[in-house]
Amino acid sequence: MESAVIEEREALEQLVEKPAPVAHRASRTGRRRTFLLVLAVTIFNCLGNLSLAWGMKHAAVQVGLSPTGYLRDMLNPFVALGIGLLILWLLTRMALLSWADLSFVLPVTALGYFLAAVAGRVFLNEPISRSQWLGTLLIFAGTVLVGSTGHRTRHHAHEVHK
Amino acid sequence: MIKWLLLAIIVITTVLGDLVQSYEMKRSGAQRVDARGLGRIVRLIFSRGKLSIGILCMAVSFFAFMALVQNAPLSFAVPASAATFVLETVLAKLVLKEVVGMRRAVGALLVLCGVVLLAR
Repeated sequence: MESAVIEEREALEQLVEKPAPVAHRASRTGRRRTFLLVLAVTIFNCLGNLSLAWGMKHAAVQVGLSPTGYLRDMLNPFVALGIGLLILWLLTRMALLSWADLSFVLPVTALGYFLAAVAGRVFLNEPISRSQWLGTLLIFAGTVLVGSTGHRTRHHAHEVHK
Repeated sequence: MIKWLLLAIIVITTVLGDLVQSYEMKRSGAQRVDARGLGRIVRLIFSRGKLSIGILCMAVSFFAFMALVQNAPLSFAVPASAATFVLETVLAKLVLKEVVGMRRAVGALLVLCGVVLLAR
C-alpha cells in the first residue's frame, strides 16, 4: 500500500522534472564542469581519508567490531572532520553520478589513489617503493585515458527509466 | 577466516551501492553542486527507498573496510577491494547499458594494475 503511494509519487516526479539538461550540451563547459567536479570529489575523498587515518592512529581505543568503539572515536576532532569531509565526498559524488557514467566515474576518481600516495609521502613521510611509483603512474595514465572518453554515453534520460 | 567474510561483504555492498546510486541519480536528472543542490540530494536519499538502500550499502561497506584494515594488512585490503572495480565496470555495461569502448576498458585496466601495484 505504502510502496504503491511512493511509486505513484515517483512517477509524478518524473513527469514534472525536466530531462537532464546535460544531455543537450556535450560542449566544452559541460566537460570542464565535469572535470572540476571530479577534482572536488577526489580532493574531498583524499582529505577525508587522511584526516580519518590521522585521527584513528592517535585514538586511544582499538575499534575492532564493537560499535561503542566507533562512537567514542568520533569524539576525536580529526575523526569528526574526516567524517564530515567524507559526507561531502558522498554527496558530490552522487551529483557527479547524476550526469556522468559509472564506468567513467570509477576510473577517473581513482586519481584519489594517486593523490593519496603523494599526500602520504609529503605529509606523513611514508616511503614509496619503485613498484608503488609505477602503480601511481599507471593509475595516472589510466585516468587520463578514461578521461578522454565522453562522460555520458546514455544521452536520453528517459531511456534509463526502463 | 574473518577477512574473507569481510571482503565478501565489502564487494557485495560496494557493487550494489554504486549501481543503485548511479541508476537512481541518472533518473533524477543532472543535479547542481551548490548548497541547495546538495541539500536536494540529501532529501532524495531519504525520500527514495532504493537510494536509501544504496547509501546504507555504502555505510556497511565503509565500516566493513575499516574492520578489514584492522584484521588484515593494507596490501590485502586495497587490491581486494579493487576487485569491485572490474565487477562494477562489467555490470555498468550489462545492467546500466553504458558504452564501455576500447579506450575506457584499457584505461580501467591500467588503473586496476596501478592499484594492485600500489598496495604491494
